[in-house]
This record gives sequence, C-alpha cells and structure tokens, in this order.
Amino acid sequence: MSSSPIIRLEGLEKTYDLGAIKVRALRGVSLDIQAGSYVAIMGPSGSGKSTMLNMLGCLDRPSGGAYYLGGEDVSKMDDDELSAVRGKRLGFIFQSYNLIDQLTVIENIHVPLFYQGRDINECYDHCVNLAKLVGLGDRLHHRPKELSGGQQQRVAIARSLVNDPLMILADEPTGNLDSATGTEILNLLDKLNAEGKTIVLVTHGEEVAERAHRVLHMKDGVIDHEIHQRTLQHVVEELEHDDTAEAPAP
Amino acid sequence: MINAPAILLTVQLGIKSLLLHKLRSGLTMLGIIFGVCSVIAMLAIGEGGSYEAQQAIKKLGSNNIIIRSIKPSESNVVGSSGRSRISDYGLTYSDAGRMQTTLVGAQHVLPMRIIRDSVRFNRFVVPSQIIGTHPSYAQITGLDIVRGRFLTQNDETHIDNVCIMTVSLANQLFPFQDPLDEEVRVGMDYYRVVGLVREKSSMDKRPGASAPDSGKALDNNLYIPLSCARSRFGEILFRRSAGSFEAERVQLHQITVQMIDTDAIEPAVPDIEAMLRHFHTKKDYEIIVPLQLLRQAEQTKRIFNVVLGSIAAISLLVGGIGIMNIMLATVTERTREIGVRRALGARKKDIITQFLVETVVLSLGGGLIGVAVGVLVPMIVSYFADMKTIITFSSLALAFGISGLTGIIFGIYPARRAANLSPIEALRHE
Repeated sequence: MSSSPIIRLEGLEKTYDLGAIKVRALRGVSLDIQAGSYVAIMGPSGSGKSTMLNMLGCLDRPSGGAYYLGGEDVSKMDDDELSAVRGKRLGFIFQSYNLIDQLTVIENIHVPLFYQGRDINECYDHCVNLAKLVGLGDRLHHRPKELSGGQQQRVAIARSLVNDPLMILADEPTGNLDSATGTEILNLLDKLNAEGKTIVLVTHGEEVAERAHRVLHMKDGVIDHEIHQRTLQHVVEELEHDDTAEAPAP
Repeated sequence: MINAPAILLTVQLGIKSLLLHKLRSGLTMLGIIFGVCSVIAMLAIGEGGSYEAQQAIKKLGSNNIIIRSIKPSESNVVGSSGRSRISDYGLTYSDAGRMQTTLVGAQHVLPMRIIRDSVRFNRFVVPSQIIGTHPSYAQITGLDIVRGRFLTQNDETHIDNVCIMTVSLANQLFPFQDPLDEEVRVGMDYYRVVGLVREKSSMDKRPGASAPDSGKALDNNLYIPLSCARSRFGEILFRRSAGSFEAERVQLHQITVQMIDTDAIEPAVPDIEAMLRHFHTKKDYEIIVPLQLLRQAEQTKRIFNVVLGSIAAISLLVGGIGIMNIMLATVTERTREIGVRRALGARKKDIITQFLVETVVLSLGGGLIGVAVGVLVPMIVSYFADMKTIITFSSLALAFGISGLTGIIFGIYPARRAANLSPIEALRHE
C-alpha cells in the first residue's frame, strides 16, 4: 500500500467542446501522489487548475488518459459509480464552506455517510468525535447560519473526514477567511496531514502553498514545474518515497 | 440502498427544507387544500342531495303513477266579479272510475280528496289534512296501523262518519285520554275515531307543502271515507288566505294508480294522458311517475359527478402547477446545495428522491389539511343550511390519493431537473 501511489494520472486530457472552438483544458497530465503527502496545486486562472481539481474529485470524466484512485480506474466509471467513489474515497473542502443550511452541525458532518445508507444514530459517536477534533464539540446542534466562517469551515473539514477518505481535496479553503482564521484552518490541515491524511490543495496564495510538501505549478493544461519543499520534518518522508522525487517532464 | 429509515430521514429532511420557507410552502399547499376540500365537500353535498331526492321519490312508490290536480293559470274563473271567486278544475270521480275500468295493468286506483281544515276535540284545535280516500290507501302507501282498524268498504258504502288519525294528531288532540271511540269535530260534523296509524311514507307531503303551516301539520292527517268527504264537505271548498276569500270546486286532488309491476308503467302513462286530455279542456292535472323521477335523479347525479370531477381535476391541476412552479424555483435556489450533495456522494437517484419527497410531503400535507377542512365544510353546511350531506370514505380516499398523485406527477420534472444538473456547474452556482 505504501509503495504504490494512491493517485496516479496517466496522460490525463480534458477537452471542452464549445461548438465552434475546442478548449483543451488538460493536455496530458501525468502525476503520482503518495499516501500521506500534502500537495498544493497552483497556477494562474485558465491554467487548468480547476479542471484538474474536478478530475481529481471525480466530478467530471476525462476525455483521455487514465486516472487510478487507490488502484481503481475511475476514468471510465458511470455517474452512479462516480458518486459512490466520491462518497467513499474523497473528502471535499470548499472555499465557501458549502454546508447545508437546513441541517445542524452534526447532521452536516453525517451527510456523506447518509448517502452510503448509514443511519445517523449508528455513526453518531463518530460524527461527534470529528466535531470535537475540529474544536466544535459544543456546537453540535447549531445551524451553519449561527456559526462564524472559520467555524463553518471547521465543520466542512469534519465532514470531509467522516468517510475516512483516501484524499482530502481542498479548493481555496482559506479564500473566504481573514488571515488569522485562515492560519487556524491551515494549522488544522497540517495536523491532519501529520496524522497521515493525504491532502491536495488548490490555491492562489503562496503562503498557503508553503505548507505543502509538493507544489505543482500548472500552466496551459500541463504541470509546468514542481517544487519540493524540504522542511526538516519532511525530509524523512521524502526519503521514504524517493521514487516520486522527480517531476514529470513538461 | 434506500431503506425505510433512509426514507424516513429524507422525509424529515424534506419537512425541514419546507419549514425553511413556511409562508411559501403554506401558500403552495393552499392550492391542494382547496382542491381536496372542494372535492370532498361537493361530493358530500351532492351525495346527500341525491340521497334525499331518491328517498323522497322512493316514498312515492316505484310501482305507482300519481296524477294530481293542479290549478290552471287564471284563465277559467267563474264569478269573476269581486273578491269571491270559484275556480273549477281538477280530476273528477269519473276520471278515477275510467282508470279503474280501462287501464291495462292497474292493480289499484286510489282517489283522494285532501281538505285542509281544523280538527277539534273539546278545547283542542289542530290544523290538519283531512284525507278522503278508499280502504286500499293503507296498503298502497304503507300505513302502519297502530291501534284499531283502517277504513273499510262498509264505511265507504254507508258513508259512515268514522275517521282514522295519525299518532301525532292523536297526541295533540288527546293528550290525556284514549282517542278510540271518541268523536272529533271537523267543520260541522263529528267523526268517530276507529284507528290510529303511523305514516311510513310521506306521500302527501307535496300537496301540503304550500300550506301556511306546513312543517308540523304534515303529519296531522285524518283519514275519512271518500264518500264522507264528498257528502259532508260538498264540491266547493273554501280557503281564506291573506284577507281574500277563495273558493274552488275540486272533486279529487289526487289519484294514485298502483301498477302490477314496473314494466306496466311505461305503456300506461300515455294511456292516462290520452284519457285525461279527452275529458279535460285545460291542463289542470299533472302526471308524476316516480320511476321516471328516480331515473332522472340518477341521470342528474351522473352529470353532477362529471361536472364535479372536472372541477376537481381543474383545481388539483392548478394546485399541481403551483407546486411545480415553486419546486422549480426551489431547485434553482438550491442549486448549490444539490452540487454539494452530489460532491458528497449523492447519486442522481438520491437527488430525485429528495425533491420528490419534498413535493409529496407538500401535496400530502395539503391533502391532509384539505380532508380535514373538507369534512368540516359539509358539517357546517348541514348545520346552517339544513341540507343532508353524506361524506363517503371513498371520497376521502379519492381526494387524498389524487393529492398525493398530483405531488408525484408535478414533482417529477423539477426533481429530474435538479438531478441532471452537472455537479461542477451546480457547485459553481452562486
């Protein structure tokens, strides 16, 4: 398990057919992500960053290439199977939190499990533990509207963890937060990563990307270059996964 | 995947979502409420009305043909000067005789004189209907003989001054003593009470309906031999009404012909018509065939049901369109939520279920309230308008079922639209 990457992209392509013109948003991206790594994807708008996120999040199907998630080719799956993959293997954190207004904190955390047919009563303790983990143990029955932005994002993080995913996908998780709160959220992500969670983060902010082990810079639908951030803490892990040290050729 | 608790949870979620916009959900429900309520209320009133009509007609007897004297319009007035007039019209003794002898399939021909007068005993005076008739009256109209006997052929031939009264009349005239063998006074004559009866049918309700004190007097009937009614009261009957003085010469007020069976009725009606037309210069009679009335009532009920069905269909259609409209707005408004749910693992099917459950909760909720109001309305109508209403269980089930069906039919399109949103587009939606 530790030797094979949890994510492998092989020549992934995505072309949007807009009638008169065809937009090649991804032009053959190949990438391996190891379990437990912390990857940031950066790039100017139009670089294919969002498309990349949609692909990784199984929200869209590629036009070409293959995407192995935990050893399973998800690029050929149908809509229902993709839903199942999202529900079981992925955790999402969005810029605008995207909690469901009519549900309480605990119910929001439970949503991914609900779609796997698991009753809230049987996994109530699990949800409560996650709420405590993100520091909201005393807000279980509040509605999203009654929480601050930072608190809402914490709920979203708890929700992304509830199904014990292979990877957490974060799309500008601090984009709507002030810097102090943003730092708290990033610290929380750091903590999760330290506990072994794989995190893929899409961002504009350099200081956000600094937290990641690997920073992938995208340009014109391909990964332009990759920066390995060798913090002392990471060196050990890097040695373990030496085979990923080389960036794919542009 | 979708099991019972999940559905329950979805229903819970649907209610929560609907409660987020209470006013909007309430207004949307209103369409269904009115639809269901009107279906139930109208069905109940219609059912009650037709039941009453059919009961009334059945009391007339389905084997009978009833011929009544009616006063023709003011064309033939004898002694037209002043306020005293004698109008001369109606069925005659010879009409009854002719029917008795010539009509094919007639079992009994029952002539009747109906005179409105007061019956007196000591100081008690009760306004009543004096009915001069034949002994077969008891059998044809289904009288219950409580005590004593009814009229006999002997009474008729001897022109005996005997009478039979209804129990209610007896109770008023003889509160303290046994009425049998007592003598009551009508006009200037005395009649000996020989029997007490109870009316099962209300055959004479209609002629008495125009009387000033209808209501209670209807059951105050005094039966005397027809020959008595003829000789004691004479041919000319006087009626004082609103200060004017009216006299009319009427021999018979009604002839009831009982046929052998219902098949004999249809051919007999034109015969009677022809016979009467021959001897009456003006149309001073009407022929009532209860069987035909019954059929007409059934026909009317069918038409009523069709009209009702259309009204119900239209109102539920309108309600359904209202629901669909609101649900489409809801889908647009909650596009982001749909995207989030899809990202978190909801299949298209789950989204469809969620929105469909919401519409069905909305329409069934409306249906439930509609049933409650719909049950209440006929009760209020019966209470204030004194109309009989019948709420059948099937009408409740029908209205409620249709409301649920409306929810499903009009919920499918918005739900499918929600499910077919691309998750990416939906997530990006502001």
